[in-house]
Amino acid sequence: MSNQKHILSILVDNEPGVLSRIAGLFSGRGYNIESLSVAQTAENSFLSRITMVTVGDDHIIEQITKQLHKLINVITVNDLTDKKYVQRELMLIKVNAKPEQRAEILRIVDIFRCRVVDVGPEHYTIEMSGDDGKIEAFIDLLRPMGIIETARTGLIALPRDKKKSK
Amino acid sequence: MKLKGAQILIKMIKEEGVDTIFGYPGGAVIDIYDALDKTPDLRHILVRHEQGAVHAADAYSRAKGTVGVALVTSGPGATNTVTGIASAYMDSIPIVVFTGQVPTALIGNDAFQEVDIVGITRPCTKHNYLVKDITKLARTIKEAFHIARSGRPGPVLVDLPKDVMGAMTEFEEPGDIDLRSYKPTYNPNMKQLSRVVELIKEAKRPVIFSGGGVVLSKASGELVKLAKMMNSPVTASLMGLGTFPGSDPLWLGMLGMHGTYRANMSIGNCDLLIAVGVRFDDRVTGRKDKFASEAKIVQIDIDPTSIHKNVEANCPIVGDCKNTLELLNSMLESENPADVCGNPEERQAWLDQIAQWRATSPQRYEQKDDVIKPQYVIDRLHKLTDKNTIITTEVGQNQMWTAQYYLFDKPNHFITSGGLGVMGFGLPAAIGAKAACPDKLVVCVAGDGSIQMNSQELMTAIESNLPVKIVILNNRYLGMVRQWQELFYDKRYSYTNMERAPDFVKLAEAYGAIGMRTDKVNEVEEVLKKGLACEGTVIMEFIVEREECVYPMVPAGVAITEMLLV
Repeated sequence: MSNQKHILSILVDNEPGVLSRIAGLFSGRGYNIESLSVAQTAENSFLSRITMVTVGDDHIIEQITKQLHKLINVITVNDLTDKKYVQRELMLIKVNAKPEQRAEILRIVDIFRCRVVDVGPEHYTIEMSGDDGKIEAFIDLLRPMGIIETARTGLIALPRDKKKSK
Repeated sequence: MKLKGAQILIKMIKEEGVDTIFGYPGGAVIDIYDALDKTPDLRHILVRHEQGAVHAADAYSRAKGTVGVALVTSGPGATNTVTGIASAYMDSIPIVVFTGQVPTALIGNDAFQEVDIVGITRPCTKHNYLVKDITKLARTIKEAFHIARSGRPGPVLVDLPKDVMGAMTEFEEPGDIDLRSYKPTYNPNMKQLSRVVELIKEAKRPVIFSGGGVVLSKASGELVKLAKMMNSPVTASLMGLGTFPGSDPLWLGMLGMHGTYRANMSIGNCDLLIAVGVRFDDRVTGRKDKFASEAKIVQIDIDPTSIHKNVEANCPIVGDCKNTLELLNSMLESENPADVCGNPEERQAWLDQIAQWRATSPQRYEQKDDVIKPQYVIDRLHKLTDKNTIITTEVGQNQMWTAQYYLFDKPNHFITSGGLGVMGFGLPAAIGAKAACPDKLVVCVAGDGSIQMNSQELMTAIESNLPVKIVILNNRYLGMVRQWQELFYDKRYSYTNMERAPDFVKLAEAYGAIGMRTDKVNEVEEVLKKGLACEGTVIMEFIVEREECVYPMVPAGVAITEMLLV
């Protein structure tokens, strides 16, 4: 059994302490959290959706899923990995932009269909979203310019079928 | 009806059918104690340390088969409960612990006696709550009891700020509890069950392995019936002792690190293992890949996380032990009885093989006439008490010898800290059991080390008129650690020598209990008889062989069939 990346979509009660229960479960049992994103759902303000990327073999993922289910505040756990889903991550990236680099950066921004959201005398801040492959490729291309700092939301995902995810 | 928060708390506790709570007052719970003073029909047992309150509530729950309740103050009162809560969590015991908290306005300000007990106990409770809004109080308490007792039971903590307890509100009945996110699976998958029937019909060398889940779901009767129908031998984990009668010929004894030779050999050689209400603790399995390696494993448990956690089951069934066994038994009853109990010759060969293991390496000790063997004391205790006696233990050698030499015939009569292994559990547990079952004889088997961890609870037993009998096996060592040092650390007895100990007879007398002591083999029975017959709380101290070891023993990390025998 090999370690594989899994995307878990977890619906939880929107209450104080819930995230701590989930984070505590992962640290206490030695599971990994690669990324995590949390926000209240639009359809019901009493619920939050957590999208988590974790790594483990089938045995560990099975335990993680079952242990999450066991938490009283967890309503559903959906492992999207083997399903059809769309995934996105949002990144803000601040990069050196000296006059001679600006045209090249804007070309790359154009190719990746992202946008410059802030401009300084010597830097651009760019907003981009995509799957992690696209984001990594974008970072690699900007790296020679000198990346000042980045902020990423972590992956979010939804299954492709029409019905509400359970 | 307008009620104060404290009155709502007491009302809700009483509505859950709880007649006794264990607690210790303090500043943050003073409103609750004020209300308790006006509630003579809810008995409050005043302990001498908050840890004792939780262990007592744990044992009360086990002896009575209901939920146990502890009430303590904020800060140190709350932190003192953590060991007890963690023990109840590991053993899946339904208790609700109410902790006081500083007023809501002060939470987070490092107020006097403030601690984030909800944060501290998050990993060792089934669930916990901080009640900031008095209108949610009644419902939260009802939810807490519901969660504690349903599914795989466990401890629930409810943190109660002082201002919420002092405030008034219009009381509203919370109604039925229906939690969208919490719906335990009680009924098994029928398709899986019919697979079990087939596996039973094919089995040549079956073993049934019973655990604490059978006690908790009150499924002992169904388990015995299954064993009889299948003519299958039965073993149990420490937590499962008593679910199958220790006096029955099909009983194999406990399995695992200090299990019997025949139980462990049966696991190694069986072709079908039916595991009911167990979680395959490392003390049970030893080396996991060698555990029941020739067997098809059926695992019945209400908690899905117990399945495929340590041991891969061929036929996992998520469901309540009692419901599942009832259904399985009725399915087996509609089969040809001869198919269910296997081919007579093959089954007899299997039982003969087990009898042979038993004969070649019985559980044994040799009592000569100079020094008292600890096993002899337990053996005599078993002979002198009946099957309605509740036995609690401390942790260590005293616990293992009790598990080995006291043959339990009924569930809920052996109360021990199995998962967490808490020294200091036995005495407060005995008090809790006595409060639950005042008509039963309650005996705590202790070591000289562990009794000192909560000996202050002697005062609780005396003051609350809950007489318990304490048997101290005094070897002047922390015996189990010493045993490991002898076997695996070249006899370097680092800090396990406990020759300097209090005079336990005088200790008993200091609290107003009766103390007895002997170091003579021929007085053991007499002391036990006299002590057990006394009205009040008694310490019976036996000066035993210093370097006696618990055998058989499976060293950590090897297969359970590779035992160190005597």
